[in-house]
Amino acid sequence: MAKYTLSINGKMMSVEADADTPLLWVLRDHLNLLGTKFGCGVSECGACTVHINGNAVHSCYIPISSVGDNKIVTIEGLSPNGDHPLQQAWEELDVSQCGYCQAGQLMAAAALLKNIANPSDEQIDANITNICRCGTQVRIRKAIHMAAEKLTSK
Amino acid sequence: MESTISRKHFLKVSALSAGGMLLSFSFLNNGFAADSADDTVFTPNAFIKIGVDGTILLMAPNPEIGQGVKTSLPMIIAEELCVDWKKVQVELAPLDSKFGDQTAGGSGAIRGRFAALRTVGAAAREMLVQAAALTWNVRREECTAEDGSVVHKASGKKLTYGALSSKAASLDIPSKPTLKNRKDFKLIGTRIKDVDAHKITTGQPLYGIDTRREGMLFAMVARPPAYGKTLASVDDTEARKVNGVKNVIKLQNSVAVLATSTWAAKKGRDALVIQWNTSEKLENTSDHFAAFKEMLEKGTSSHSRNDGDVDAVKQNAAKILDVTYEIPALSHGQMEPLNFFADVRDGKVELYGPTQVPGDVKADVSKQLGISAKNITVGLPRQGGGFGRKLMTDNGVEAALISAAAKSPVQVQWTREDDMQNDFYRPAEMYRYRAALSADKLLSWHQSGVGIGRGTWGDSYVAGALTNYRSDNQGLKSNTPTGWWRAPGANTLAFAAESFIDEVCAELKKDPVAFRLELFKQAKQEPVGKLTYNPDKYKSVVELVAQMSNWGTTPSGAYRGFATWFSFGSYVAQVAEIKMVSGRPKIMKVFCSVNCGQVINLSGAENQVQGAIVDGICHAMFPKVTFVNGAVAETNFDSYEFLRIKDAPLDIEVKFVDSDEAPMGLGEPALPPVAAAVANALYAATGKRIRKMPFSDVLRQPG
Repeated sequence: MAKYTLSINGKMMSVEADADTPLLWVLRDHLNLLGTKFGCGVSECGACTVHINGNAVHSCYIPISSVGDNKIVTIEGLSPNGDHPLQQAWEELDVSQCGYCQAGQLMAAAALLKNIANPSDEQIDANITNICRCGTQVRIRKAIHMAAEKLTSK
Repeated sequence: MESTISRKHFLKVSALSAGGMLLSFSFLNNGFAADSADDTVFTPNAFIKIGVDGTILLMAPNPEIGQGVKTSLPMIIAEELCVDWKKVQVELAPLDSKFGDQTAGGSGAIRGRFAALRTVGAAAREMLVQAAALTWNVRREECTAEDGSVVHKASGKKLTYGALSSKAASLDIPSKPTLKNRKDFKLIGTRIKDVDAHKITTGQPLYGIDTRREGMLFAMVARPPAYGKTLASVDDTEARKVNGVKNVIKLQNSVAVLATSTWAAKKGRDALVIQWNTSEKLENTSDHFAAFKEMLEKGTSSHSRNDGDVDAVKQNAAKILDVTYEIPALSHGQMEPLNFFADVRDGKVELYGPTQVPGDVKADVSKQLGISAKNITVGLPRQGGGFGRKLMTDNGVEAALISAAAKSPVQVQWTREDDMQNDFYRPAEMYRYRAALSADKLLSWHQSGVGIGRGTWGDSYVAGALTNYRSDNQGLKSNTPTGWWRAPGANTLAFAAESFIDEVCAELKKDPVAFRLELFKQAKQEPVGKLTYNPDKYKSVVELVAQMSNWGTTPSGAYRGFATWFSFGSYVAQVAEIKMVSGRPKIMKVFCSVNCGQVINLSGAENQVQGAIVDGICHAMFPKVTFVNGAVAETNFDSYEFLRIKDAPLDIEVKFVDSDEAPMGLGEPALPPVAAAVANALYAATGKRIRKMPFSDVLRQPG
């Protein structure tokens, strides 16, 4: 066990954990940040997507020992009041079915919009690889376009 | 419109202890009869709670697995109750006999509850109106309910439901409450977003995996690595040394490691040294399919349907088609890996976790632990998908056994590998289709199915429309477990049958839409044998989708396939439009028409249809389960290939046939036809028939 101080959602948080503990389980089990979800544990499904220094990463595959002082943002910190244009678009278009993968989808989409303000369908295809078993992809695509339009028209 | 509360149902009303009104609806003949004594007293849980402060709480009685019933079921009550939806709070009901059958399966929640929940809402509304009439000393008929208040138009008086609730609770329950006319519906048929939409998008804890309780330990379980293997012995010395590991529990055929975190439990589980016995044959998928082929070749003299004379008509045929379709086993792959919380202490059991059958979990835990069902509670979180996996009770029962042995509250968490290696799989199947054709007519149709376990079942609409029709089925015994998988039976049969009819159309040079319409006409005018569908409803969706897609005018560079299917009471027709990009299909659009009776939540209904289409495309295109020496080869999404957004249709247009009829199932019916719609489009594009799932395996082959 070792002690780690992490920057999460703008706050410094201390945890004691084994060096090989994936960031996902540190968030969920040690820090009680339950919005980040476990889906596969092998960096395939994206349910555990968080931001590290603004980039979308799969937290199930990142040992806590490698996080250092990089800035982590989880779904709980995506926006102060749950009003990120993506969150609003997700609600307006009623994207979710079971909803389990959607935190990861939103984090992946938010990182995409930071890099590409108004992504084409091809850019969405190339950058969003998260799995949704319910099949909400058609609405996810529309919500990304809707949020991008809102952000770029400001 | 009037509704009668049947003898087996009765409504109860009671004053809430803090004032207000509580209305519950009891189901006496629902399989929970042993608990019905609870129904004769005031009930703490009910469908409607109206507080004196005006709070309106509606209970969603069925498990929410992504099918939207936490939103759509309370909408039905709210419609008849005449309340402002924005002011309504909704909760998922825990398991309780007063809520009737609390199952999520068979696309049955809305179908089964529409009439009853309307009556619940209407009865409460009539009592509130009566309370207002008594308060004002006017005739009841002069008062109307609107948006959570009762108004007396003549005098301009108005009282909220909250203000009326205590008085309403003292009134008799109307035995035949008057239901609203459909034309007066304000809520049903509109677009309502999921009641948990904001909680989902902000990552609030909603799911079984998010359960956290005082003193709870996290558990992971080592289960047999292959079907046919059983636990021989375990050495837990190293596991107990892992940081955070608190306990190791040996169950009959598995070993659980309990720890202070999920990761510690996993590391402890991985440190177990286990010897497994081989107690049964270790099976292989290749042997299953070899056996299927032999069985189809040999045939069976037992027919599930046999109209006319399939054998005789072959003598005069101009051509015989004889083809087979191969369909692999599948995992459920719901996004939330299985888990369950259990706290078994002092003869009492608290269960909380993902299940489609909370009543079965309770009954099975009661049996396994020898604890009376009266001492067992089952709470229901929102669930990260179901798809039929959670119609099995193994995850709940296992958690209860571990908690009982450890005398500790425990959350058992499955990894994705655990989930995929210990599933109840969609069975592998093969279909053989034979048709006799004249120069321009389909003369006979012979469907032969084989599958793991009980085998295949069901017929397409060709049965009933054709003079010479035969179907038969054979099952192959296996120790690989099978279970229900979204649209069971239909999800494979529709692929084979709707692909084969496209082959018939191509051979006869008939238009696929016109050919179906001709069959429905025959089925209506001169049905052959028992007709198991309504030809007019089939016609309604086929005509609608033809109109939506402007069938017959395919955009340049695109290719189209058509398919239609009836399941769970609903009729669906689809046109898939694809383009070929570097030899791979890109699905540009799917047009989908649906006749499911009345639509409750337009947004949710459309979401179910769109989702089922994407789900159907995913499982037609990508994943398969292969058994090798009893073990599953595809244990995670790296090998169990799955659809990503790039593979999903760019657009899915959904239209519902306007209907006055009671709502039918919708969680499943849009899935079965889509695989054939895509396969038929691929044939139009390439001239090559795809008779094997997953399609990507076939598309990868050269030539």
